Amino acid sequence: MTTMTRPAARRRGFADRMRKNMASGRLAAALILLPPALILFSLFVILPLADAAYYSVFSWNGYGSPSDFVGTQNYARLLDHSVFHTALWNTTKLIIVSLLLQMPLALGLALLVYRKTPTNTLFRLVFFLPYILAEVAAGLIWSFVFDGDYGITAFMFQALGQESVHVLADRQWAFPAIMTVIVWKYFGFHMMIYIAALQSVPQDLIEAAKLEGAKPRQVALFVQIPMIKHAIVVSGFFAIIGSLQIFDIIIPMTNGGPSNSTHTIVTYLYTFGLSRLNIGFGSAAAVVLFVLAIGIALFYQRATAKEEQA
Amino acid sequence: MRLQHNKELAMHTFEQQLPKPQRAKRWLVATVALASGLAAFAAAADTTVRVLRVEISDVEKQYYDDVVAEYEAQNPDVEVIFEYIANEAYKTRLPTLLQSDQRPDIFYSWGGEGLRDQVEAGFVRDLTEAMQDGWQERYPESAVRAFTLDDRVYGAPLYATVVGFWANTALTEQAGVDIEAIETWEDLEQAVVALRESGITPAVVGGKDGWPMHFYWGYLATRLAGGEGIEAAKQGENGGFEGESFVRAGELLQAFVELDPFQSGYMSTSYERASAMFGDGEAALHLMGDWDYIPSKERSATGEGVPDEDLEFIRFPRVEGGEGNDDSFGGMNGFAVTRDASDEAVDFLRFLLNEENQREAARLGIFVPVANGSEEELDTPYARKVAEILSESNFHQVFLDQALGTSVGATVNDISGDLAQGVITAEEAAAQVEEAWQFR
Repeated sequence: MTTMTRPAARRRGFADRMRKNMASGRLAAALILLPPALILFSLFVILPLADAAYYSVFSWNGYGSPSDFVGTQNYARLLDHSVFHTALWNTTKLIIVSLLLQMPLALGLALLVYRKTPTNTLFRLVFFLPYILAEVAAGLIWSFVFDGDYGITAFMFQALGQESVHVLADRQWAFPAIMTVIVWKYFGFHMMIYIAALQSVPQDLIEAAKLEGAKPRQVALFVQIPMIKHAIVVSGFFAIIGSLQIFDIIIPMTNGGPSNSTHTIVTYLYTFGLSRLNIGFGSAAAVVLFVLAIGIALFYQRATAKEEQA
Repeated sequence: MRLQHNKELAMHTFEQQLPKPQRAKRWLVATVALASGLAAFAAAADTTVRVLRVEISDVEKQYYDDVVAEYEAQNPDVEVIFEYIANEAYKTRLPTLLQSDQRPDIFYSWGGEGLRDQVEAGFVRDLTEAMQDGWQERYPESAVRAFTLDDRVYGAPLYATVVGFWANTALTEQAGVDIEAIETWEDLEQAVVALRESGITPAVVGGKDGWPMHFYWGYLATRLAGGEGIEAAKQGENGGFEGESFVRAGELLQAFVELDPFQSGYMSTSYERASAMFGDGEAALHLMGDWDYIPSKERSATGEGVPDEDLEFIRFPRVEGGEGNDDSFGGMNGFAVTRDASDEAVDFLRFLLNEENQREAARLGIFVPVANGSEEELDTPYARKVAEILSESNFHQVFLDQALGTSVGATVNDISGDLAQGVITAEEAAAQVEEAWQFR
């Protein structure tokens, strides 16, 4: 019953709103103020996207204009490529690690240092430092740390009198090493979101819980964390979208190797599309990445919105 | 009276004003003269030839500066400008540059399929006729062939490089290996085993970069299929790149890796690191281009590298039953001219690559030039060895990662690393190359 009346009500609401907007001059304001943003958005977001979609149905090496129409062949080849499967799986792993390891770690640390004291400020700074560092610089630093010839790893193993290991040359361990670096690099960012949220949790709620005999752990679990749920949802969103975009840490660390085992979707599209001058193929990968990102974003928003309503 | 006064006044004013226009006129004349002078000066260099090259050493830059100065002295109406871009950036920026208004007149090229893409897109000037008047005769046939596509010549060679084993004889002697006696692939395998038994790392390889590992697979494929066999594979004959020779190349590489020939963690070693490690005497062999002579010394901890009396450059061993045992494998680098470039650009290129300038390059030791006779000027025994290998070569196969184009080339690099790590079989490797070739 309600579902039947709703569209009608909505339509009436829309017409009413339009009338009201016209009268108040809001529509005129929108018409005047919208174009700059709209033009910029179409020029730098919509147009390149449309271009990529167009290129993706051609076999094109970047010379001249695309003319060799191949239909969905680029997509078929992409979905069939074992390295692309690895890249998808690696990206999934990054999302899982971000959500299940990085965010709890950030939350735990945020609960420890959110109160405003001089020591906490120091710790916050230390924890936030990796995030400030440029990605490429971080990648280079860690490739030195993992270096089995001259790096810190080599030094440690030599000190213990052991044969050194080459983590980044090992297909099994290279990606876990990259995931470690990514957790290290971005947990500070999530921690900062939680700290900001924790500081706005009303103090009297915490006091009340304490008076009721709640232990610090219980205060955190039943008062603070539920109160900063919106911040956790936002940071989760950043974690997922960020994982889909990981590129500049991997390039200096492994460049996608050894034998293409550490690619993410973005390094994949860069390596196999751009640097090999398969622009059509790379565009197909870009379109797939875009669809994935939009799909996940919409799904995530739906899922979290529903939960908030419930 | 009043009127007269006025008139006088007017006259007076007029007289006073008179010099002004004259002064202005003088200025005008001076400006015109200056402008025409400038115009005359501009006419003195009304053609500009822009050359785009991959970033190089200062010594080589000086060499080009000298050539340009000499050419400009002979041709006062032409100005030549050299521009340099770093290697990797050059490869990715060239397609965009060629399609823009900023396209150079002459650009550096590795020939092969990369050049074909540019030719097919209509960016390259056909030099076939221009090279008929004795220009082409300066070089051996194999050098011109690297720039020949469908019987048309689209570029001129500058220098050649050859891949071979750099050997540290101090280490090989320690293991009782006679480096001069390594003739066949089995000899090499025995040497590797002997070196390992003596506790010496047999060889370094920059596995992280891909292309150094491709030297193994690529040279083995060249030995087995021969230059002609690789050409045939491009036409899809004998099973294309899935043919027997290419599978066998993978098998030989995998059997070789079984002997544990490389330093530990070789897949995370870059070419530069490997080059330094060889210079530091950490391994006995390094399969690398002849160009690594100076870089390996410069990158070593001492800056001296392996002393010349312990340093040898040996030919890649023969492979039994191979079609290409008389072929060589390496680079053939030169220049191509863009379609709309002036005739002066072609003329300058002819001058740049003439025998005298090639001889000068040999004297300076900056590269091993290709012009016939220029090898006489080569200074080091290594460069002379390279020239010898080239002159005896039946077919100079250009690096597969360049000859087969960017995309297929990258696949060749990938499968070489995968084979060494045992991630794929030799059949799968060959199939991947064929697939990339089909899809190119």
